[in-house]
Amino acid sequence: MNFDFSDDQKQLRDQARKFLTEKCSPRAVRVVLDGKAPYDKELWKGLAEMGFLGVAIPEEFGGAGAGHLELCVIAEEMGRANAPVPFSSTVYLAAEALLIAGSDAQKKKWLPAIASGEAIGTLALFEGKGNPSPKNVKLTAANGVLNGVKKPVADGAIADFAVVAARTGSSGRDGDISLFLVDLRAGGVEVKSLTNLDPTRGQAEITFRDCKAEPLGAAGEGWSILSQVLDRAAVLCAFEQVGGSDRALEMGRDYALDRIAFGRQIGSFQAVKHMLADMYVSATLARSNSYYGAWALSTNAAELPEAAAAARISATQAFQHCAKNNIQVHGGMGFTWEFDCHMYYRRANAMALGLGSLSYWEDQLIDRMRKKNAA
Amino acid sequence: MNFDDTPQEAEFRAAARAWIGANAPRQYEDELRKSSLGRTQLKNANILEVAKAWQKKKADAGWACLHWPKEYGGRGSSPIERVIWQQEEGPFGQLSRMFIIGHGMCGPTMMAFAREEHKRTYLPPLASGEKVWCQLFSEPAGGSDVAGLRTRAEKDGDDWVINGQKIWTSGAHYSDYGILLTRTDPTVPKHKGLTMFFLDMKSPGVEVRPIKQASGASDFNEVYFTNVRIPDHQRLGEVGDGWNVSLTTLMNERSAIGAAVSTGFPELFEYCSSLMLDDGPAIEDRAVRSKLANWAVKASGLRYTSMRAISALSRGERPGPENSIGKLVAGTMIQDVATYALDLQGASGVVSGEDGELAGRFQAMLLRAPGTRVEGGTDEIMRNIIAERVLGLPGDIRVDKDVPFNKIPTKGRG
Repeated sequence: MNFDFSDDQKQLRDQARKFLTEKCSPRAVRVVLDGKAPYDKELWKGLAEMGFLGVAIPEEFGGAGAGHLELCVIAEEMGRANAPVPFSSTVYLAAEALLIAGSDAQKKKWLPAIASGEAIGTLALFEGKGNPSPKNVKLTAANGVLNGVKKPVADGAIADFAVVAARTGSSGRDGDISLFLVDLRAGGVEVKSLTNLDPTRGQAEITFRDCKAEPLGAAGEGWSILSQVLDRAAVLCAFEQVGGSDRALEMGRDYALDRIAFGRQIGSFQAVKHMLADMYVSATLARSNSYYGAWALSTNAAELPEAAAAARISATQAFQHCAKNNIQVHGGMGFTWEFDCHMYYRRANAMALGLGSLSYWEDQLIDRMRKKNAA
Repeated sequence: MNFDDTPQEAEFRAAARAWIGANAPRQYEDELRKSSLGRTQLKNANILEVAKAWQKKKADAGWACLHWPKEYGGRGSSPIERVIWQQEEGPFGQLSRMFIIGHGMCGPTMMAFAREEHKRTYLPPLASGEKVWCQLFSEPAGGSDVAGLRTRAEKDGDDWVINGQKIWTSGAHYSDYGILLTRTDPTVPKHKGLTMFFLDMKSPGVEVRPIKQASGASDFNEVYFTNVRIPDHQRLGEVGDGWNVSLTTLMNERSAIGAAVSTGFPELFEYCSSLMLDDGPAIEDRAVRSKLANWAVKASGLRYTSMRAISALSRGERPGPENSIGKLVAGTMIQDVATYALDLQGASGVVSGEDGELAGRFQAMLLRAPGTRVEGGTDEIMRNIIAERVLGLPGDIRVDKDVPFNKIPTKGRG
């Protein structure tokens, strides 16, 4: 057995880390944080040139045709660098939805544009408060036009297209939901940026008014497709969270080694040491759960739903835990805008909500474990 | 990324499975499978006898102490083969508990430091379970700070004379031999005045008294030494080098990779799956589900962390430090799991033993759990190990490091 990434995949991770260390320094992240740019366009272009945007997209659609394990190692580095680009919306959500349910024409139109960095995509699912659920989808689709409001939509203000969840029935079942593909540049949409916890990643409200849309996947299959997309994205986001956890832990460790108080390195006090040890524990549990998710994702195993939920919960907890205690280790300086700690704290807490909250995924995990036990 | 055996591993697994299938004491399988922390016993048999018989059977067929060299009673297997064996042995592995210290710690220490003739004499019967060994390190004055131990060894001709007291010695009451860490020079700083020996537990002057634990059971002992004589050829390592020898022992303790740590989660999930609360099935209760999910990801996280270490072994590498988290996570977790299981039982959770829910399974777990957070390194020592060895943080400040042992204060107050 080899429950680890291959040497080639580890090399790809090193390559991504080197690239991001150069092109995505905290200083670069701060340009977006301070609102001077909606996202890092140069970095986005660079990611396309490196082949990272299309790493899991088949070659016939302009990608590198590698696979999801390769995407996982890149995701880890994106999280570690706190990259201010619409990577998760475009690559984990929009591209995966197209790969699962897109027609040949739809794939040909959008996937090469994603891989080359020309198109930013997103998923428009949420409509205000609440977690992923068919009953929370109110936006309607009839006669090929959409009417309704989606909010929050990650990267909605910079996206070129969106996968939109719409209500096409009223039976009260999952089959009421269908997916649509919308060219956000084509009219019928009004986009408003929203302030949010993590300004390095935008959130928007999108109003659809008699907006033309083409179906993505069969009518009534929307919820089933979405569930698959969310599971895949849960694993990929978990890798970003694992990368972020590790970075927050490293920052805390480094500060504990450098900072002197009471005549000693603060890292020599057990209160600080033990806090950092506990951060290491959560980060390790998250990494191991995420590896299992990666295995399930890459082999399309029947275990994916359970593995994805476990990875999601574990990585969400780890990133929140490491990011908050990194600030604590830094003391007062950790609470300044100047220090980078808050960027990870913001990202950790935003990511904890993006695919649905922790309590939602806890519920999912137990359902899925019961299903497995019953089978 | 895959979970497949290599051809050699598959071959080994098939051989192990076939032998276990044909030879394991199946009549105890169900009871062993249902055992949980604080409750590993057999209703109609003495578990020590069953364990010794199984170990002897394994040894006779060449399946004992897989990782040991053949000349000392082992099989000369690779680390990954040892893990595969543990996986295949499954519930029967519970029967190896009484040998863990002997096989995992005493044996490797003997291999590293004993004379060749002693190795050939003592190791094969240790491997086969005919002789059981214990480890005599902890003392009332030296638990986490084991180098603070006070048991004296004084040279008298070709012998050493031992006086003092050990505590928390697992299995001393059924052990034939032990490895013993003593102080041979109290005038030098504490780590420098220690010396290691092995001894016959039946030697005159050795007295074993069981400790009645907080749980009511007695797995551990106090061992008193009164003018016990140990010949110098039973010394392990140089005089004054006992601390380094003990590090070899303790390093081996940490290498128990692949050995499943008990978290209590499978037991709790099973329990909640059938439990009815006042307003419906427990498994459909929002609060219960949230608790279960949080423990589920800890349990799976530990399982996959262990698999990552096994993968490293399979590739012929030394596993990283990740495995050091197992005991720390599992210890607290099993205590919390047991507490919660009782909470779900309401007032009747107070009833333990055969009259309790599930014959008192979670009550026994609760009462045994505090020990898991202390034995083999307290939670605090484990966190120090992670902080220092994994994260590279500074060691604790040790005010007694350079002080002669006999000048270190022995009382906190008065």
